[in-house]
Amino acid sequence: MPALKLRQIVKSFDGFRALDGVDLAVQAGTVHAIIGENGAGKTTLMNILYGLYQPDEGMIEFQEKPVTIPSPRGASDLGIGMIHQHFMLVDTLTVVENIVLGLRGQGMSLNLREHEKRIAEMSARFGFNIDPRAEIWRLPMGMRQRVEILKVLYREADLIILDEPTSILTPLEIEGFLENVKSLRDAGKTILFITHKLDEVFAASDRISVMRRGKVLNTTDAKDTDARRIACAMVGHDRILTVERMPHRAGKPVLVGRGLHARDNRGLEALRGVSVSVREGEIHGIIGVDGNGQAELAEVLTGMRSATGGLVEIDGRDITADDPETRRRSSRLAFVPEDRHTTGLVLEYPLWKNAILRDFGTARFSRAGVVDRRRAVEATSEWISAYDVRTQSPYQKARFLSGGNQQKLIFAREIESEPRVLIVMQPCKGLDVGAIEAVHRTILEQRERGGAILYISTELDHVLAVCDRISVMCGGVVTGTLEAHEATAETIGVLMGGTMSKASAC
Amino acid sequence: MLTVIGLAHRLRIPIAVAVALLAGASLIALSGVNPFEAYTTLFRGAFLDWYGLGGTLVKTSPLLLAGLAVVIPLRAGLLNIGGEGQIYMGGLGASVAALYLPGLPTLLHIVLCVLAGALAGGLWGLIPAYLKAYRGINEVITAILLNFIAINLVSYLAGGPMMQAGAPYPYSNEISEALWLPLILSGTDAHVGVIIGAVLALVAYYVLNHTTVGFALDTVGAGDAVARYAGIAVRRQLLGAMFVGSACAGLAGSFEVLGLKYRLYHLFSPGFGFDGILVAFLAALNPLLVPVSAFFLSGLKAGALTMQRATGLDGTVIDAIQGIVILFVATSLAFTFRREEWRRFLDKRKLHLAEPPVARAKAEESAR
Repeated sequence: MPALKLRQIVKSFDGFRALDGVDLAVQAGTVHAIIGENGAGKTTLMNILYGLYQPDEGMIEFQEKPVTIPSPRGASDLGIGMIHQHFMLVDTLTVVENIVLGLRGQGMSLNLREHEKRIAEMSARFGFNIDPRAEIWRLPMGMRQRVEILKVLYREADLIILDEPTSILTPLEIEGFLENVKSLRDAGKTILFITHKLDEVFAASDRISVMRRGKVLNTTDAKDTDARRIACAMVGHDRILTVERMPHRAGKPVLVGRGLHARDNRGLEALRGVSVSVREGEIHGIIGVDGNGQAELAEVLTGMRSATGGLVEIDGRDITADDPETRRRSSRLAFVPEDRHTTGLVLEYPLWKNAILRDFGTARFSRAGVVDRRRAVEATSEWISAYDVRTQSPYQKARFLSGGNQQKLIFAREIESEPRVLIVMQPCKGLDVGAIEAVHRTILEQRERGGAILYISTELDHVLAVCDRISVMCGGVVTGTLEAHEATAETIGVLMGGTMSKASAC
Repeated sequence: MLTVIGLAHRLRIPIAVAVALLAGASLIALSGVNPFEAYTTLFRGAFLDWYGLGGTLVKTSPLLLAGLAVVIPLRAGLLNIGGEGQIYMGGLGASVAALYLPGLPTLLHIVLCVLAGALAGGLWGLIPAYLKAYRGINEVITAILLNFIAINLVSYLAGGPMMQAGAPYPYSNEISEALWLPLILSGTDAHVGVIIGAVLALVAYYVLNHTTVGFALDTVGAGDAVARYAGIAVRRQLLGAMFVGSACAGLAGSFEVLGLKYRLYHLFSPGFGFDGILVAFLAALNPLLVPVSAFFLSGLKAGALTMQRATGLDGTVIDAIQGIVILFVATSLAFTFRREEWRRFLDKRKLHLAEPPVARAKAEESAR
């Protein structure tokens, strides 16, 4: 019996179709995983199920009845509960108080003792091992998550949505969490489990749906598929690119990383000995499912994150200790970061300020500490026409440019610094086909000029289209490097899937 | 129409002030006084009378500097709520330099006293900045706590080790008359501090808007990730912005001591540091407007006394009006003006007004 059925759900934001006709059937009493890259539409879909958004088109059937879900309260009344990526708990209240908070039908007096007893029973039944009187702030993250689950169970939810539930758990807590998920299923609950981590999907779920670009691509039983196939479906292999690539004539290595180690923002080891080299006139691609150390690698190479081990060299010179500014000036290292809005640009700045964002202190754009506004505006105007940035004027705020034009401005700034090495991270995220082509053409031109380019992406078709060599990253290590002519969706899939089990073991 | 709306948006702060004064008028009327008469005495007392103007300028000096103490760090994203403490430390620094450094040439001694105050305020502000930059501790909380420490430290010193023998009230010895700041309006207490403050506001405007230092500060204020990407030493900028801002507050303390009180009194600042936050927001964080807003606010304060004497209206009404002004100005700052959106809105309205309802319904039908 299907617990939930979605038909042709569409949701657009400002003309961008975040959900582009989603069809999905979830069987009652199963763990159903929805996997996909960031931006595939998973969270939008869940917010629709939880009543935070209303779909523009399409139909939702819950327990074989068509429903509309007007609000989270409405979802809760239907029996749909959601556990958000970031917990919604009051840290200073106890477990019982948090669970009872907002519970309906309590009247004027609140019998906390009675609730406490029932919560303790429930916790024991699912093996959660939680003290109902503990204050939230004293509990570790894994326990807090169980409180969130109890909160949902206490409202008698039949369908429980878990949005990226493991992103703030430690590896040991993840193991316990996956056990909890199974015990919930055995108690007859239906679980919808959103994630982009392959190993967890296989550890806990019965059925798997892959989402990509606002659509559910395919749904299979977990036992009928493997990590390799899922990884391939996530990154996609629909060739949409038409840029032409000249034959490859690479020179000597320019940027070299040797045995790099680094920690992520939570202090967990994200790079476990990564070595890469990028040669003159070469585009070296890094592909992998998001969150396998690519972001940390880019930051370590550009100096925005310090390495806990290993060396970064440019032209044989050790630059591991240099800050980002020194790397840009002395080593001519340019960087197009993944996040245009919070890292690549200041959205409230006019274009001319963004154009000199990384060079305002150089002799080109300032004299004796005074910013040379006229020169900056002149340069910006030149770049606007040279790179085809569609804008009203150099004085327009970056906020009012489309994503593609923002990216063109960033590329203009980085390329005009005449780099020897260019590192680009997910440069086509959220861009339309035309803008993607423009980005790829710019990168290929830089290669013709003899630049060394490191192209980090989760889009397999993009990497296959522009790169000369391709390295695959998984679990903080490079699992293999292929020449472009050896690389196909299949050979890369083997490298992405082949070590999944290894990655989950450590 | 579009131009009118655009103009109204540009002038939203003065408009908000005017509306707030109107709202205040109803408060005055409620207290049984003619609002027109009350405002007339207030503004005549504050701005049009020689002695009243002097009184206004005396208060403008600390308010202006305290306003800069908020504006400068805020460009880098730090809310300096510790101006009050920094004023006290500034007053202390200036007093110590004035009372305990004998035998210096007069001019050098004055400069040293002023700088000692600025330095003391600046260093006091570095404490929350350091804790923020290197330990991630919220600067608002530490700065508030440091206010209490500074205020009580001055009370202790003015009532203990530095107290004048036999004084009836906690204050220090009088500073030598040679060190007093020059007055600018004869017969009043207005001293040169307000001029120095205005010059500093001009300098701050230039530095923040035209130099690489200002560019770096604004970028730090825009976010940590983008600032690091831009190659800016984020921590150094945070410390620098807070030091300079707090030094302005310290200067305010120096000038209170050297220009007005001539002694270190306990509780010598009636909350100028906090009023500085109001000054900063009233000026929309623009250093050029800081002297204007400081002058206006101190006019309200100074004029309140005259008004109270003339009309018998309680001075607390002025406190309330001041609160209303801030509230209205803060609200007006939330309005943004998007020319395109307004144009579309106006066009649509024109269309609706031009067409009779039936025709409109039909047009909508066919559009569908």
